[in-house]
Amino acid sequence: MLKIENLHASVDDTPILKGINLQISAGEVHAIMGPNGSGKSTLAGVLAGNERYTVTDGTITFQDNDLLDMKTEDRARAGLFLAFQYPVEIPGVNNAYLLKAALNARRQYRGEGQLDAFDFLTQIKSKMKLMDMSEDFLKRDVNAGFSGGEKKRNEILQMTMLEPTLAVLDETDSGLDIDALKIVAQGVNSLRDEQRSFLMITHYQRLLDYIQPDFVHVLANGRIAKSGDRALALELEDRGYDWITREVAV
Amino acid sequence: MANTRDNMHELVERKYQHGFVTDIESETLPPGLDESVIRRISAIKNEPAFLLDWRLKAYRRWLKMEAPDWAQLNIEPIDYQAISYYSAPKADKDKPQSLADVDPKLLETYDKLGIPLHERARLAGVAVDAVFDSVSVATTFRDKLAEAGVIFCSFSEAVKDHPDLIEKYLGTVVSHADNYFAALNSAVFTDGSFVYIPPGVRCPMELSTYFRINAANTGQFERTLIIADKGSHVSYLEGCTAPMRDENQLHAAVVELIALDDAEIKYSTVQNWYPGDENGVGGIYNFVTKRGDCKGINSKISWTQVETGSAITWKYPSCILRGDNSVGEFYSVAVANNWQQADTGTKMIHIGKNTRSTIISKGISAGRAQNSYRGLVKIMPTASNARNFAQCDSLLMGDKCGAHTFPYIEVKNPTAKVEHEATTSKIGEDQLFYCLQRGISEEDAVSLIVNGFCKDVFKKLPMEFAVEAQALLNVSLEGAVG
Repeated sequence: MLKIENLHASVDDTPILKGINLQISAGEVHAIMGPNGSGKSTLAGVLAGNERYTVTDGTITFQDNDLLDMKTEDRARAGLFLAFQYPVEIPGVNNAYLLKAALNARRQYRGEGQLDAFDFLTQIKSKMKLMDMSEDFLKRDVNAGFSGGEKKRNEILQMTMLEPTLAVLDETDSGLDIDALKIVAQGVNSLRDEQRSFLMITHYQRLLDYIQPDFVHVLANGRIAKSGDRALALELEDRGYDWITREVAV
Repeated sequence: MANTRDNMHELVERKYQHGFVTDIESETLPPGLDESVIRRISAIKNEPAFLLDWRLKAYRRWLKMEAPDWAQLNIEPIDYQAISYYSAPKADKDKPQSLADVDPKLLETYDKLGIPLHERARLAGVAVDAVFDSVSVATTFRDKLAEAGVIFCSFSEAVKDHPDLIEKYLGTVVSHADNYFAALNSAVFTDGSFVYIPPGVRCPMELSTYFRINAANTGQFERTLIIADKGSHVSYLEGCTAPMRDENQLHAAVVELIALDDAEIKYSTVQNWYPGDENGVGGIYNFVTKRGDCKGINSKISWTQVETGSAITWKYPSCILRGDNSVGEFYSVAVANNWQQADTGTKMIHIGKNTRSTIISKGISAGRAQNSYRGLVKIMPTASNARNFAQCDSLLMGDKCGAHTFPYIEVKNPTAKVEHEATTSKIGEDQLFYCLQRGISEEDAVSLIVNGFCKDVFKKLPMEFAVEAQALLNVSLEGAVG
């Protein structure tokens, strides 16, 4: 599904990613952990096609396509979803409108017809229930005046509607209280199946109590310093990141 | 964002879609302006003596005036002797009595503009008084309006058929000496629209006029007069496009609105005149004086405008809140792209007690354009408990454009409440990226963000107009982020 080889990327000529190798197969859940500044969000940004980041070396293959050759919107339409760490506000544009535009853009890309308004409402209302969101949310402007938790829930709601093949969750758990975290996890788990993969970026292993990963990777200094299973996340919680950072430095 | 910028560049460079010239022979006075020209215009139109006197008074006054230079605009000097002050389609003497008599080429022009006159009139229930150059060529739905007692006709017809109303109201809101361009208009105006809504009548349909500048080198001087008698209600739509031209064309219109007791006038404009090319060559000079007089108690005048065209826009639709409890509103979206310059805003003059006014202005600047909001809120000593709320938001696209806000507030009554809010923001690459990541195309994303920004104003427009306004915005702006 996704194959990253020797990925190097920089921001304003400062190298951030220094040779990432990572392979994600269909149905797998990968967690990427690591200290601040290790390049986690840069990796998410590069995958989604944020032009703030410059890829200087390496390749990314997504579903047999050269991902780096695809435009941001085409990556999205092909099934790559990024749940933003800091979702933006768009005043004057309501949530339902944005989501419908997104769904239809994707359907058009796949040669499908426009979504019927009735079907859209039925679908989104059931997903909103799952995410414990009230219906007035549809009429509110995109993320405008939302609390941190509401913004994150909105991201997951969008994800459940767009049904991506690869979902990248950039610190979706940060700023969530335990109830909100459970709801978000519920949304993610509802989507888990053999065809769909997840890449979860997180600081804390707490999220992994609710969304069980198949693999855990530790990013340090722009490289994957260590990979393992869930046990690694628990070890990190115990010991912190320093020992890995030191290992890498050696 | 190299890739993105290229795409956007392409979109910004999109050519004006309504640029073409209709080949209809025009009967045009030679260029130049003096008293004889004014007498000639008046004679062609068989005007009564009072009107000729008024024109001459305005002309003599204009000669002593100087073009205003206080606006944040860079205007090349205009040679008023190089302009022809009258042009009419050839069929002037025997004007078409119905659409069937209208030159097919003219109808074709409207079709190109997306205004299939007959279709639109029939389907949308809109009466259209189409101004082609200076003479009205088609008026529909006259019967239905007449049934309600509504007068909706060209200004020239009104002069012939209702001289008493013209003599009573012409120049009472914008006097012949109001300002340089208004004085010029008063002297040489050739046609326009006239509306009278009798007492207690709610006009059964939206009244709509499509203006169009066509003959080369012919300045257009429209005059619109709308009178809403006691307890009446009318919604008036004005929309325009113009063919592509190299030389600058002057447009100096005057619009006067009068609302008597308990009357309401809603005046909506979508303006899409040729803005000049990407190098700033050509384009319309749009110097308009629009003012409404809330003369009666409980009267209301509401201006809504979407300004996307013209090389230079100088325009301040205003309200004089004379009657007690009267209400004035101004909702504006002004877009300036490439080398366009816009200096627009409003004046709210509170005279009566408990008068209220609202100003919502959304300015969008892209390319190398300069966009200014200029607004005056004046509370006179008599205006006890007057209220004003003003909100002026500017959106910048790219880093070569400018947005300016000039709010003037004069309060002479201590019971007044005046609020002013202003924001300036840049269309965010973050917002754009967010939309792209959801699979929305760049074009749609910009349109979505900009339309969101303008929503407060668009929702004040009549439905069909709101759709048109959004489409216009998409043409003039999409992708102007850099």
